Amino acid sequence: MAADGQPSRKGFFTDTSVCIGCKACEVACKEWNQVPEDGLDFLASSFDNSGRLSADTWRHVAFIEQRQPLGHQDPGVGRPEGGAGDAPGPVDLGMPSFDLPGQRTGEDGGSGGGDFRWLMSSDVCKHCTSAACLDVCPTGALFRTEFDTVVVQEDICNGCGYCVPACPYGVIDRREVDGRAWKCTLCYDRLGDGLEPACAKACPTDSIQFGDLDELRERAERRVEDLQEAGVSSARLYGEDPGNGVDGAGAFFLLLDEPEVYGLPPDPVVTTRDLPSMWRHAGAAAVVLLAGAAAAFAGRRS
Amino acid sequence: MTNPEHTGEGAAVSGRDAITGAAGVVSEEQRARRGEREGGQRSGRRGGRRRGEPTRVPDADFRSYHGRPVLNQIVWEARDIGGYLFLGGLAGASSVLAAGAEVTGRPGLARPLKYTALAAISGSTAALIHDLGRPERFLNMLRVFKPTSPMSVGSWLLMGYGPLAGAAAVTAATGWFPRTGTAATIGAGALGPLVATYTAPLICDTAVPSWHEGYREMPFVFASSAAAAAGGVGLLASPTAQSGPARRVAVGGALTEVAVSSFMEHRMGLVGEPYGQGRAGALTRAAKALTLGGAAGAVLGRRSRALSALSGAALVAGSALTRLGVFQAGVQSAADPKYTVVPQRQRLEERQHSEERA
Ligand code: SF4
Ligand code: SF4
Repeated sequence: MAADGQPSRKGFFTDTSVCIGCKACEVACKEWNQVPEDGLDFLASSFDNSGRLSADTWRHVAFIEQRQPLGHQDPGVGRPEGGAGDAPGPVDLGMPSFDLPGQRTGEDGGSGGGDFRWLMSSDVCKHCTSAACLDVCPTGALFRTEFDTVVVQEDICNGCGYCVPACPYGVIDRREVDGRAWKCTLCYDRLGDGLEPACAKACPTDSIQFGDLDELRERAERRVEDLQEAGVSSARLYGEDPGNGVDGAGAFFLLLDEPEVYGLPPDPVVTTRDLPSMWRHAGAAAVVLLAGAAAAFAGRRS
Repeated sequence: MTNPEHTGEGAAVSGRDAITGAAGVVSEEQRARRGEREGGQRSGRRGGRRRGEPTRVPDADFRSYHGRPVLNQIVWEARDIGGYLFLGGLAGASSVLAAGAEVTGRPGLARPLKYTALAAISGSTAALIHDLGRPERFLNMLRVFKPTSPMSVGSWLLMGYGPLAGAAAVTAATGWFPRTGTAATIGAGALGPLVATYTAPLICDTAVPSWHEGYREMPFVFASSAAAAAGGVGLLASPTAQSGPARRVAVGGALTEVAVSSFMEHRMGLVGEPYGQGRAGALTRAAKALTLGGAAGAVLGRRSRALSALSGAALVAGSALTRLGVFQAGVQSAADPKYTVVPQRQRLEERQHSEERA
């Protein structure tokens, strides 16, 4: 609670470095919010089967395999059978790799051949400080809550679909069968009862952390420093900066690669930032149209 | 997930990023090369490109998540929202011309334009309502007035303009209340330019790269395209003795439209590319051909009613295709992560460079 009795701003810090890709968050979200099934598909893109955030996917776990080491971590793949001396050999954890099964010779030693990292990240609505979806909504169905989150009121949305292309992160979408827009509510109902959102509650590794945004930001700073010190030089925060294109996201991330690798825009800007200029240009065009027509009538009478 | 056209899945999966994100891991060396190529591209493009040549932007090196689009796909139907853009423009500009014709005593020009304005704005509103996920909730548009939402502003504008256009048309048809009719005609003519242009901010106020980046030129494209269409209706439906101003507006609008839209597509650089490719490219090229052909016919066929009418029809069709082309270019740019990632990455890198220098 802030001094004025208003609840402080709530948000998510998703630390993807500890995500194990269990999709408990996806399931918990669907269960709690009664989000319909969105296609039981194999997408042939790693273990990802939901593909993207949509009207029926409010948490989406991304999977990316890379031929890269993760800091000083030893992934334990591609090593010759049996360790040095009497030490037990590495246990095959069934991790995916780039070689066909049984093709690992280990001849290239520990370097390169064993480089493998598996990135996983649970994506969600960013609950932007300057939210394009909310700005463009003509009905006022999208609104900002007392927790500074962005929520759709489903009894008001008329399904105009404007918010869908307005969101720079590709989050909100229109549900085909029902014609209205849906997205993460940051479990508005649970927050009201003093509970944490279902995804954060379900996450077994605390990859999804819920709390006061200020505190989460501090925690995230410390976590990046720790990781960097541990040799994970690719660790970085995404979206936490109040000076970014959406004036700071309410849900931000710790990533291990560039944002676009996770399907996130590298430098999103809320589209309404340019709206005043758009209106000015439209006004100028309207004046030109009027002047052009006037000139056409002022010409000789024919 | 079920409709690939809406999810964009498949459509954008191309090139080296299609296989896995792993293929997109770029080595330091590769990244250095990418920097070079981008530099080369910038200086190369300044060299100027002859008109008509396809925009040649070097294959952009970028990373993405399994080749999937960053944005969610536009849920609007091309027929509905493309039609909404076109008919709104036609209505607005028709009202402007109708007011001019009324004031300068050209009833033969004013009357068909008033009918056109009413029919077009009705069609435009109907198309918008038809495209809603919940059409019965259309009136929720009038729950609030939000200047940050061009769709809200537009809805209120239509509430003011629609009845004026209606009164102008009905009084013209029946001959009742002539003075009210004149007032309504002038009122509709005053709001007309706004009706013809507000749809440009409407589509540009999105994250769709090929729309947003064109926000400076788009209102001028829409206004001139609307003028060409309304002028076309004037040529189509009024006697040659009274259609002079319509002809001038049609020709001026058509030439401006082609010039400004070509400039816009060129200035946008990479995100202007969709305007020349695929369905959007075909629509845009057809639109320009019809518009220029219509303008030429309007000039040459000054004395021929039949040729004037034909040119008018070509201009109306050209204007409709312009809007459909713009719509389709937006759809294509949202479906390909390249148009979202590459410009943002460039912006980011430029900012980092200037920070390093500072
Ligand atoms: S991420 Fe998209 S849907 Fe979420 S608040 Fe921001 S603009 Fe709206
Ligand atoms: S679809 Fe619904 S929530 Fe989205 S902008 Fe339209 S009315 Fe608002």
